[in-house]
Amino acid sequence: MRDCYLGVDIGSISTKGVIIDDRNKIISSAYIWTEGNPIEAVRKLINILKKRMPRGYKVKGIGTTGSARKLIGLMLGANSVKNEITAHAVGTMAFHPDVRTILEIGGQDSKIILIKNGIITNYAMNTLCAAGTGAFLSSQAKRLGIDVEDFGEFALKSKNPVKIAARCTVFAESDLVHKAQVGYPKEDIIAGLCKSVVINYLNNVGKGKKIESPIVFQGGVSKNVGVIKYFKEVLGCDVIVDDNGHLMGAIGAAILSRKNKTGEEYELQTKNIKFETKGFECGGCANNCELLRIYKNGKLIDSWGSKCGKY
Amino acid sequence: MYNIAFPQMGDYCVPAYFLLSNILDANIIKAPKITNKTIELGFKYSPDFVCTPFKYTLGTMIECLDMGADTLIQYGGGCRYGYYAELQEKILNDLGYDFKMINLVIEGRINLRRINKLLKQIDSKYSKIKSIYYSFITLKMIKYMDEIDDFIRENVGFEVVKGSFEKLKEEMLIKFGNVKSYHELKIIYRYFLNKFKCVKVYKPDDRLRIGIIGELYTLMEPFSNYYIEKELAKNNIEVKRFTNVDYLFLRKSKRMKKYLKNNPYVKYSMGADASDNVANCQYLCENGYDGIIHIKSSFCTPEIGVMQVISKIAESYDVPIMFFSFDGQSSETGFKTRLEAFYDMLEMRKNK
Repeated sequence: MRDCYLGVDIGSISTKGVIIDDRNKIISSAYIWTEGNPIEAVRKLINILKKRMPRGYKVKGIGTTGSARKLIGLMLGANSVKNEITAHAVGTMAFHPDVRTILEIGGQDSKIILIKNGIITNYAMNTLCAAGTGAFLSSQAKRLGIDVEDFGEFALKSKNPVKIAARCTVFAESDLVHKAQVGYPKEDIIAGLCKSVVINYLNNVGKGKKIESPIVFQGGVSKNVGVIKYFKEVLGCDVIVDDNGHLMGAIGAAILSRKNKTGEEYELQTKNIKFETKGFECGGCANNCELLRIYKNGKLIDSWGSKCGKY
Repeated sequence: MYNIAFPQMGDYCVPAYFLLSNILDANIIKAPKITNKTIELGFKYSPDFVCTPFKYTLGTMIECLDMGADTLIQYGGGCRYGYYAELQEKILNDLGYDFKMINLVIEGRINLRRINKLLKQIDSKYSKIKSIYYSFITLKMIKYMDEIDDFIRENVGFEVVKGSFEKLKEEMLIKFGNVKSYHELKIIYRYFLNKFKCVKVYKPDDRLRIGIIGELYTLMEPFSNYYIEKELAKNNIEVKRFTNVDYLFLRKSKRMKKYLKNNPYVKYSMGADASDNVANCQYLCENGYDGIIHIKSSFCTPEIGVMQVISKIAESYDVPIMFFSFDGQSSETGFKTRLEAFYDMLEMRKNK
């Protein structure tokens, strides 16, 4: 029996999971939509991962990351629960040891991580709004009647991308509608959108950061060839897109769980475990904390959101 | 008899209450602790783009007025803070509250003669001598509190029994609130200092040390910064903070005069605490701190000006720096994710 480690990255839009062996080789991976229900999504994910896992391996550690990391960490009994930034950097460095800059655009957040000699030296994340992230692109794809997966191909067809004001999602949308109504061809508008994502990203998240190559581009949006093209064009250098780019967070989580060394043996059984969350408002004082109580098999195991520590 | 109230900031309501209740024959209202309700009230009636402390203090004032206050005290300072009193008075009047606003600072200056006159109107038996004596005790009390706080910040992350510092501090503040004389204050202070030093701590040599700088209200009112210091302490980090009331009242002007002479980074005062933060940033870089966190309330103009300067300084010393902007409506989860990534990064740097 060989040891292996499970990493789960539960994002706002998609849930990613990998199982790696002790040499960072991926032995099983899965990518599914979260659909607003992280608990169900992880249940599905684990089943898929188990089916794809070869025999002769034992899960020795579980790591979680992404916006639902705390909840899923509790559900799976993970031995490492880490933020996306650390997980992405650790995962990427395992495959590209010389990486200097990681560009990441996900469903609702975008971040930039600068690395020097194998350690993170600086990072930034979008703060106030989700302009120029995957959620914006997919909603615009719907408006134009195109699958978001085909978006990049369309963009490549264009020779003359239109300029779209991309500071703010709402304004970009009205600008886009205007350009469409004036009669610009679809591919020019799509190319313009892809370019605006790049420019918006570099102006907001990448502001004041020294971007040095090798550059690795990740996150769901890195599957969009149009965005890749404009990143290369604007930055004036090559941008590496890993085939496993969308899994880097999960890989990082798995590596972190291995490094943690506190993991026991896991069974990966999620079917028989009843996992529930209940929200309620405390009302004990004027804070009116919104509390979330988590039940495993009908037993209260944790509650979050209390400011005073009463719960 | 008048009912007097004042806005809330950190634990400084204790000395403020002590001073007012001793020099005035009036009913002093203890403002309720800042809660989400305070913020909601403040946000509802404030201009959208005013800095966040304005909203917090306005919220507290409304809560106090609803509790029966008829006289409010507000201070003023070197930035937009200087206009707080006038604007808040106007907003509250428009809301239909009938009260009297005592603005301690006018045109950027504290005029003691004017304040005396105002206090005389509240309490005809008000005595200058008595108020000088109690002001002295109050200033000493603030100094002691700040010293103890500095000590706590350095050690609370390493306490063996969780919560021992916090419990002891609560005890101390209750005792401080009830002192009768300077002598008594000194005895209590020494007693507690000794007790604080006896609290068991385990401090490893390779611990992380982070300096927090930034805008004064956000630094001093923990509710407004999502208890950043507690969050850092939970992860065994030693915290250094410069800004406290004792510093602002007594040490700031002297230190800045000295600092601004022949300085490569700033030549003149940038308003409020901006140039102090340049000095603090330089101090942290030169004294081997692992990272710097700069926090401010949204729309704080002097601090926005200073961000460029300090990120340059931090870059030249190769010290990571993190910027946070707080507004009552920013997401706590987003803040915690960024903070966690920050000390993860510092730890990785340290272990390398």
